[in-house]
Amino acid sequence: MAPSLNRREVIAATATALILDSRDARATLIKGALPFHPGATNAPDVAQPGPWRFFTPEEGTTVEAIVDRLIPADNLTPGGKDLGCAIFIDRQLAGSYGHFGGHYMKGPFQRGTKQQGQQSDVTPAEHYRKALAALDDHCKQAFGKRFAELPDSEKDAIIKDLEDDKLKLAEGSGQDFFKQILNDTQTGFFADPVYGGNKDMAAWKMIGFPGAHYDYREWVDRHNQPVTLAPVSIKGHPNR
Amino acid sequence: MAKKLPAKDAVIVGLGWTGSILAHELCDAGLSVSAIERGPWRDPTAEFTPPVAQDELRFRIRHDLFLRPSQTSLTFRNNRDETALPVRTWGAFMLGNGVGGGGLHWNAETWRFLPSDFVLRSHLTQRYGAKFLPEDMTIQDWGITYDDLEPHYDRFEYLCGTSGTAGNVKGQIHDGGNPFEGPRSRPYPTPAQKQPFSHTLFANAARELGYKPFPQPSGNLSQAYTNPLGVKLGPCTYCGFCEWFACANYSKASPQTTILPVLVRKPNFEARTDCEVIRINLDNLGKRATGVTFVDTSGEEWEQPADLVLLCAFQLFNVQLLLLSGIGQPYEPRTGRGQIGRNFTHQTVSSAIGFFDKAKYNFNPFISSGSIGMCIDEFNGDNFDHGPLGFVGGGYLGQVQTNGRPMETTPVPPGTPAWGSEWKRAVRDNYLSTVYSGAGVHASWYAYRNNYLDLDPTYKDRFRRPLMRMTMDFHENELKMNAYLTDRYAEILEHMGAKQVVKQPRKGPYDITSYQTSHLCGGAIMGTTPGNSALNVYLQSWDVPNLFVQGASAFPQNAGYNPTGTVAALAYWSAAAIRSQYLKNPGPLVHA
Repeated sequence: MAPSLNRREVIAATATALILDSRDARATLIKGALPFHPGATNAPDVAQPGPWRFFTPEEGTTVEAIVDRLIPADNLTPGGKDLGCAIFIDRQLAGSYGHFGGHYMKGPFQRGTKQQGQQSDVTPAEHYRKALAALDDHCKQAFGKRFAELPDSEKDAIIKDLEDDKLKLAEGSGQDFFKQILNDTQTGFFADPVYGGNKDMAAWKMIGFPGAHYDYREWVDRHNQPVTLAPVSIKGHPNR
Repeated sequence: MAKKLPAKDAVIVGLGWTGSILAHELCDAGLSVSAIERGPWRDPTAEFTPPVAQDELRFRIRHDLFLRPSQTSLTFRNNRDETALPVRTWGAFMLGNGVGGGGLHWNAETWRFLPSDFVLRSHLTQRYGAKFLPEDMTIQDWGITYDDLEPHYDRFEYLCGTSGTAGNVKGQIHDGGNPFEGPRSRPYPTPAQKQPFSHTLFANAARELGYKPFPQPSGNLSQAYTNPLGVKLGPCTYCGFCEWFACANYSKASPQTTILPVLVRKPNFEARTDCEVIRINLDNLGKRATGVTFVDTSGEEWEQPADLVLLCAFQLFNVQLLLLSGIGQPYEPRTGRGQIGRNFTHQTVSSAIGFFDKAKYNFNPFISSGSIGMCIDEFNGDNFDHGPLGFVGGGYLGQVQTNGRPMETTPVPPGTPAWGSEWKRAVRDNYLSTVYSGAGVHASWYAYRNNYLDLDPTYKDRFRRPLMRMTMDFHENELKMNAYLTDRYAEILEHMGAKQVVKQPRKGPYDITSYQTSHLCGGAIMGTTPGNSALNVYLQSWDVPNLFVQGASAFPQNAGYNPTGTVAALAYWSAAAIRSQYLKNPGPLVHA
């Protein structure tokens, strides 16, 4: 039962001597010098451009409509859709996060107390798939239109009903889905642009966070002064 | 049947702080040492180069640096009447994985415990009487004193280059330091870090209220430093990505930046990574460890024989390996008998948020370090009279805000909508002008009869071994103490000039989803007799004398400080006893 190696562990393993002699354990042996291979960086898995990876086109449209209400366009930033929050969520759901990667997933699964934390075996990806379908079903029944086709005021009222747990989505709780998509949207809003959201570092500019700036030795004792550094992404280039 | 590797003098389970310290000391004494580490090798300079490391999503939110619950987890319940359920994703604490262990992702707060913390039960009993303590509180003395540990605290601080301002050097109280600390033999190796605006304002306000603020002792260095092993550390750049992250800059003390570069060059040392020790092997009588069995990356079992076994894993996994190896008597809360799993504690932390007028205050919260901050110690340990208050214990209070990372640190005033333009405006209006320490109140957690660890009857790890089961809840003493301290903390924020202060005292029940430091303690505690402890005062197992169990699992209860300084001091103390006594005459160092 070998554990699956994550990406960094694979990189680490290739940077050191793997023992393949049958008289010794299969392990990375560190002896004599610290393992070091120049250039062995640990790059992030960035969001690639292109079509939806997880969402169907209909789901993608619905999510874009939701994130555009959670983070509306105003004088502070463009809206969640234009900032890439839906793309962020799509790439996250297609990846490890969407499938409870790294979670303890052995059963039995049973409901516990609130303090015992999340105990469901329904992954975030499955949660979105079911909840988005149920949301559009509800809107078609109630208004004869899909969520994305409703006027903003109707959209806001529906989101508020989800937030207040007044609207059930099939067998799932509307509030659970509200919490899930709100958390994911705001995470995408603030995450580094390499993950698909926070386009042009708009969220960082809104609040004055300089991003991955790394060195504030010149600023630490300049108390109560605005930091004038332009924000920078982990890709190292502003605005990219 | 496991295959056998050539025998070593000593085998070390886990290559974090204590494993690195013990390996270095034992290699120095001429022993052949093999360290077996469950996680991968981690090279902060290559893997966490700026700006790769400055990634809040990947490391803080998605836990990329940590042990994954799919590798192993634990189960949790508040009390014995509940069914414990597995921790499916981390919340209340974070467990390291790989070489360096928690020493890679910590904030590097490098505290010493108070002299009275080591003689807790006798001190409190003497001052307040035995009846003052709750009936089910099972605190006890450590069996050693602050003076015993002082040279070892000193050794660790000089290894790390700890930045701070001494408050008590050889009994002489110094302005600007912590006047409550135990006497230290010499000042910190490097001066305190510079303090950003809000941390400085906190200190000013505390001083005006009559307290004696001092800089938090920091393993993020204020200046370049060469340690006694010849390893060089660089100055911290205040990047604000410290805890949950690794530092490529050699600015955060960790095994990689202080010991390993020297240790690995010793010909009598080797480490195997990606290998998980699954049990400590005993001889037929169960009185002597013969080595350990581990699983390699292909899933094959190997035996590493050794004369001396050093358990240096994280607290939970030290206790788990003892239980799975049948060493010592499992604790039974109904009778109070058995030592393994007993006196399990955590940390009682809380905070208050201070919202300030943005027209007047720009705190630039992103300029910070892991162990930055200004603290007061008036309410720690027994530094204040508990008599009229009806509780024991305490903690330090401080503006110890480590970051302005936007997913974690964009608090908004109560009543703000959770989404929409109004939420955005509130985030924008408060981001630069809010004081928000994750653990502005960092307080003790004393031991109780019904907080303990044992093996779970249902849930298993990837090797089909039972997970640890954690039965844990807050007791009235800690909640009362925390409410009192949170009130004192909020008063300081108000005096700083906050227009609104939102108190967030710790409330029960204990919640496994809410982060409250990774300072798990106890379960294999040290003490004076086999009747009150799993280990003697040298961290030697009472049951298996060639086994030493390092780490915070040895703490009889947790004090109001971050534990690593004391964990490392105990490791040096234990290593000194092994070198000066045990190796000359292997056997019990204390006769029961």
